Amino acid sequence: MSTEYLAAEQARTPDSGVLLDVRDLHVEFRTRDGVAKAVNGVNYSVAEGETLAVLGESGSGKSVTAQAIMGILDSPPGFVTKGEIVFQGRDLLKLGAEERRKVRGAKMAMIFQDALSSLNPVLTVGEQLGEMFTTHQGMSKKDSRAKAVELMDRVRIPAAAERVKQYPHQFSGGMRQRVMIAMAMALEPDLIIADEPTTALDVTVQAQVMDLLAELQRELNMGLILITHDLGVVADVADKIAVMYAGRIVETAPVHEIYKAPAHPYTKGLLQSIPRLDQKGQELYAIKGLPPNLLRIPPGCAFNPRCPQARDRCRTEVPPLYEVGPVRASACHYWKETLGE
Amino acid sequence: MPEPQNPFDDGRQAVAPGGGAGGGFDLAAEEAGTLDKVPGQGGGGDLSEKPRSLWSDAWRDLRRNPIFIISALIILFLIFISLWPGVLASQDPLQADLSKAQQGSGPGHPFGYDQQGRDVYTRVIYGARASVTVGVCATLGVVILGSALGGLAGYFGGWWDAILSRISDVFFGIPVILGGLVFLSVITNSTVWPVVGFMILLGWPQIARIARGSVITAKQNDYVQAARALGAGNKRILLRHIAPNALAPVIVVGTIALGTYISLEATLSYLGVGLRPPTVSWGIDISDASSQIRNAPHMLLWPAGALSLTVLAFIMLGDAVRDALDPKLR
Amino acid sequence: MGRYVIRRLLQMIPVFIGSTFLIFFMVYALGDPVAALFGDRAPDPATAARIRADLHLNDPLWKQYLLYMGNIFRGDFGTAFNGQPVTELLRSAYPITIRLTIVAILFEIVIGITLGVVTGMKRGRPIDTGALLLTLIVVSIPTFVIGYVLQYLFGVKLKWVSPSVSPSAPFNELILPGLVLALVSLAYVTRLTRTSVAENTRADYVRTAVAKGLPRRRVVVRHLLRNSLIPVVTFIGTDIGALMGGAIVTERIYNIHGVGFQLYQGILRNNAPTVVGFVTILVLVFLLANLLVDLLYAVLDPRIRYA
Repeated sequence: MSTEYLAAEQARTPDSGVLLDVRDLHVEFRTRDGVAKAVNGVNYSVAEGETLAVLGESGSGKSVTAQAIMGILDSPPGFVTKGEIVFQGRDLLKLGAEERRKVRGAKMAMIFQDALSSLNPVLTVGEQLGEMFTTHQGMSKKDSRAKAVELMDRVRIPAAAERVKQYPHQFSGGMRQRVMIAMAMALEPDLIIADEPTTALDVTVQAQVMDLLAELQRELNMGLILITHDLGVVADVADKIAVMYAGRIVETAPVHEIYKAPAHPYTKGLLQSIPRLDQKGQELYAIKGLPPNLLRIPPGCAFNPRCPQARDRCRTEVPPLYEVGPVRASACHYWKETLGE
Repeated sequence: MPEPQNPFDDGRQAVAPGGGAGGGFDLAAEEAGTLDKVPGQGGGGDLSEKPRSLWSDAWRDLRRNPIFIISALIILFLIFISLWPGVLASQDPLQADLSKAQQGSGPGHPFGYDQQGRDVYTRVIYGARASVTVGVCATLGVVILGSALGGLAGYFGGWWDAILSRISDVFFGIPVILGGLVFLSVITNSTVWPVVGFMILLGWPQIARIARGSVITAKQNDYVQAARALGAGNKRILLRHIAPNALAPVIVVGTIALGTYISLEATLSYLGVGLRPPTVSWGIDISDASSQIRNAPHMLLWPAGALSLTVLAFIMLGDAVRDALDPKLR
Repeated sequence: MGRYVIRRLLQMIPVFIGSTFLIFFMVYALGDPVAALFGDRAPDPATAARIRADLHLNDPLWKQYLLYMGNIFRGDFGTAFNGQPVTELLRSAYPITIRLTIVAILFEIVIGITLGVVTGMKRGRPIDTGALLLTLIVVSIPTFVIGYVLQYLFGVKLKWVSPSVSPSAPFNELILPGLVLALVSLAYVTRLTRTSVAENTRADYVRTAVAKGLPRRRVVVRHLLRNSLIPVVTFIGTDIGALMGGAIVTERIYNIHGVGFQLYQGILRNNAPTVVGFVTILVLVFLLANLLVDLLYAVLDPRIRYA
């Protein structure tokens, strides 16, 4: 386990600025086919105003971690089996259902990938925005409607006063995602979790939506967890990066350092598989093999069957998070070799 | 109103004629819910290691499903006694002894005697044949006619589709019991065939709608577009690519419909326009016994129980097959 | 919206003509209305010929149909077997069947939806399994068997209700027959609601509602049920027509002199005007109910309203 790193991390970051601290989080899904270990001891923290990018393939556990933080895991079959989620000094996992609900939406909010299916198709956008105020703050319907218009203005949806009466399907993809953002911002939460917020959008709209999100984050000094598999997005907005693989963090680092020199073969593979203009004509790198079956995670380092550097030790011994630099860690036995090449 | 992409998606598809009396009850046209399953990020996609076909996967699921096994055993038993009723019943179902009319059970006559002093046990065994014949033949006819017409309409679209849709609307507009009364009351033939014919006549639009819907869905699949782009002809696309995929919902609905046809036969016989004596049928016996419920409940209990168990077996079988075949579960 | 209604109304016309013609064809072409008038006696050939001419039975079928429909639109439905005008029968029978249908629909709404919501939210629990099994059993037993058994149980044994309904058929006497009529649809409504609720429970927008920190009550009522009940409401709407036409069995068991009862008499006595008259009205009710459902659907689901 990564206890040594954990201690180091805690020693480094004074409690004051830390907004969210996830410690040794374990989540599993109990399915008909067996227990799928989706998250296996994740540690990460987000400070006020900081952006943490969580990177990984589908099935790496990045979204499940986020759902566990929000308290919206599908349960059953999903269960948090171990760990702490300390948010503003309180362990969320120890709160009662009602207290937990009051945190959701008000103190931390989530933006989902597919705004079309994530918005209720039969309620107007105005009602869906307004209900944040009526349910959390006991505001009147009329006032909440005015607030909804204000929010839509704020995320720069044109003709907000009219569009507030419309339904989600009457909006374009980019506008819908703006509505999602407005909904998350409504009560000015301290933490926003954005789960692939731009993946479903056209490339041209992606940047606009991302800029809007970053701008609002700066204005409100919110912590942001940006879940993505798009390394391009990360470089522009993130402060630090956590790379996940098979339910574990394999590398954390400040964003500029990781691009310069990755300390884990998986991160390295990810970076090498981005097409680059200066390498035109060369064959694109691809990580061989498939992500592991979460019902049967390979022993030792979960990445070993796909790793070009794997040795015997990797097949037996689970690597802890080795401290690489002051705010850097890698879960590779041979991180020096990876880094040094 | 936009056409539903998936025939199972729309409650309105379920509008079956004569909902009030056991005819056309359509359990299959509802959505099978999702079973507990790892959601997206939890590794749902990578759980299966080698690709399996829909059918072999379904079969694997079915073999482990106790409901499927029980209903399949009941149905096999039913088929057996309708083919060889003499094996289990040595008496003559028509032999009447009026002195024993309405008597309860006695040695050698576990179910007692009916109104005319005939052995109820023997009649229950012999009655299976009529019910199974009606159910199987009507279903075969409905499935063949319905999926041919519906499939072609869905595939070719245009005028052919519009006309077929209106025609099936016409048939949907006639309540099934009512249609049965009008149609069968003028026919004096007392075999099962007019009843079967009537069920096919009024039943095909149900299957046609479902076949049409699933063909339209299948038609839009990328692999069908690819086959077309590679120059495959209509016949090949329909038979090789679309039919296997469109078949699943038709089989499910057909199995469940089989049960409801058996129930419908009983209702029609009760109204005096279904099967008629000397045919031995559960429907006739239930109908005769239902007016005698105060004097001799056993006369009603046994044939009604046999019929209900049969209908239940087919509905459960269809349900189990639907759960196994629904690709949404994967 | 207006154009949508007009289009739907126009689409109804061929269906109306088709359905009524089909019944007309079955009654007039397959049966012999003249022989029926005389029962077992052989009619005097001259009289028979005169009646045939009066009823236009020598004309081609399409012409007979047109003449008949023309009369219907002037309010003349012909004469029933007992010499009464069919319109009088219609006037006495339809209110009774409408009351019966209302009772049945209420059962579907109250019991069916409640059971469906409860089972849909408690999927896999004992109450869910139990209710599902019950719906399967209800569907498997023919309606007339359940009808007789309940009549015997509540009417004869327990004497809670009168075993048969009086000619005026007030609401309170129609409770048991209404339940019997509703049973199969009730089972269907339960299952439809259950699957719809269960499916929507996992919908993304419900997850969003939870993530927004809405109280559970609001998540369930405003988000989950509002969406889940759309197919259920539309099913119940279309069921109106099916229930009215399917009441033959129930009305026979409880001796209710409604539409089904009159139709049954008309068919047994081969009285063409009664049968065709009642069916024409039934088809109209069925089509109007369907139209209503389509409009309701558009009201409930904005995606269709603005499509």
